[in-house]
Amino acid sequence: MNEEKKQLITVESGEAEQPFRWSAGIYGSKFLTELRDNKRFVGIRCPRCGKVYMPPRRVCGPCFVELTELVPVSDEGGIITYTVVSFGFVDPATGKQKPVPYGYAAIKLDGADTYLLHFLDETDPAKIRVGARVKAVFEEERTGSMLDIRYFQLLERP
Amino acid sequence: MGKRVAVVGVGMTKQRSSRPDVNGQELINEAVRMALDDAGMTRRDIDAVVIGNMDHFEGINYVDTWSVDGSGALMKPIMKLTTGGTTGSTVAMAAYYHVASGLFDRVLAIGWEKNSESDTTGAIITAFDPFWDRPIFAGAVAGLALEATQYMHLTGATEEDAAYVAVRDRTHALNNPYAHLHINLTIDDVLKSPYLSWPVKMGDMCPRTDGACAVVFASENAAEDSPQKPAWVLGVADRHLWAYTSDPYVNQAIENGWWFPAMEWSARELYDKVGITDPLEQIDVAELYLPYSFAGLRYMEALGFCGRGEGPALVRSGATDMGGKCPVNPSGGPLCSNAIGATGLIRVAECAWQIQGRAGDRQVPEVKVALATGFGGCFWSDILLFGAEKPEKVRG
Repeated sequence: MNEEKKQLITVESGEAEQPFRWSAGIYGSKFLTELRDNKRFVGIRCPRCGKVYMPPRRVCGPCFVELTELVPVSDEGGIITYTVVSFGFVDPATGKQKPVPYGYAAIKLDGADTYLLHFLDETDPAKIRVGARVKAVFEEERTGSMLDIRYFQLLERP
Repeated sequence: MGKRVAVVGVGMTKQRSSRPDVNGQELINEAVRMALDDAGMTRRDIDAVVIGNMDHFEGINYVDTWSVDGSGALMKPIMKLTTGGTTGSTVAMAAYYHVASGLFDRVLAIGWEKNSESDTTGAIITAFDPFWDRPIFAGAVAGLALEATQYMHLTGATEEDAAYVAVRDRTHALNNPYAHLHINLTIDDVLKSPYLSWPVKMGDMCPRTDGACAVVFASENAAEDSPQKPAWVLGVADRHLWAYTSDPYVNQAIENGWWFPAMEWSARELYDKVGITDPLEQIDVAELYLPYSFAGLRYMEALGFCGRGEGPALVRSGATDMGGKCPVNPSGGPLCSNAIGATGLIRVAECAWQIQGRAGDRQVPEVKVALATGFGGCFWSDILLFGAEKPEKVRG
């Protein structure tokens, strides 16, 4: 660093906390409660197009109608696309570096039409395939969060 | 029917990894003063200001208020916009709408960012849903990596195909004194660079940048009084869709005939408004928001420059290199400078310079039509077309 730059002052925001309190809504709460208490996935069906959204949403964007019909969704599904995250970054939820590497995928659970982004139990991209079957593995202690799912276990490897 | 509008002044800072010598307002002021000088104006000539950035990269809100001394917006109408990666292109479109409405004659668009002030990935994550996205999402790098894997799966494209884009844009940037990265890269260098998120490597990804850009939009009469040759706005279009970070990978969209719905839809609308039927033949230069190399393949397909899966062959043919049929990113693009809130507006600025014949060593000969894009959020898309000739009419 040159002398001129050394004299420039920067300041870090430090350990400051600014908590927020977010609402999951009726259906989001139902989804997280089922995940926490029963290790079950819940979706919601659009009365017009029939698409099942998981996690459940209150509105189908394309049809712009309200959704009310909750439906069960499997804890197994297939990989749509995947990556293995190996770069370091700060997880804003914890303020700490996210432990890397980890497998990461868009997963279509059986019975759902939307996808879920979640972790995989595999860090070698050569062992992951589009279409590979996966199954949710849950945490012992669950709090009503997407992190109640520890990761998705690959049921098949090449 | 909108009024005719042109870009008549452009300013930008040199894009750098870190600018600890200035705060946000001072950085903005550098670009604004350059744009006003370029347009032969003072701040008194400006009727309104549109400004944008992504607050969470700096952790400071309300740039519209705290930057007024530097932006020149003191006691003027000002509006602030934040639309993710499209922020810079959105401020350009909003400034254009102000003038095209007939209510304003000279509007200043400003985009800026100091990405050095936070962890970019961490900050990006905070833009998304706290329940469904944030606990799992790994920001733009991993989100784009999912896109790359899907693109390779659907088309058979390779990491080497993407490396051609990475090398092209880095080579182009060597001619651009404003670019952040000036690096000589080979295909082999890109392929051997470390994985950030497989299959995306360091060499495939944009840098984090500090920078600002300012562009003056003027009404027809004001443009014709300008010292600069007007770069006319031929038309703009934008589309937003998807709610959550997992939505863009939806195969139903592809099964229903869409490849990249937001970009295809906006391109289709804009080409129809302007009369573009063969983009590769009719567009002379394109400044595209390519946040990573694989985008330089798929976007060519979504923008209609070639068919689906033909992006790699188009790029390898040299058609998008300097001297090719439609050079892409003579400036080096976001792969060489990505001060996120400025990036879309820099695409607009570069198109104006190309049309005015003022792009220096990166000038494409005889540019009549130039295309700028913005990309952001959950695969959103802004598209703007500029022309050397005043359009007969402007369709909104």
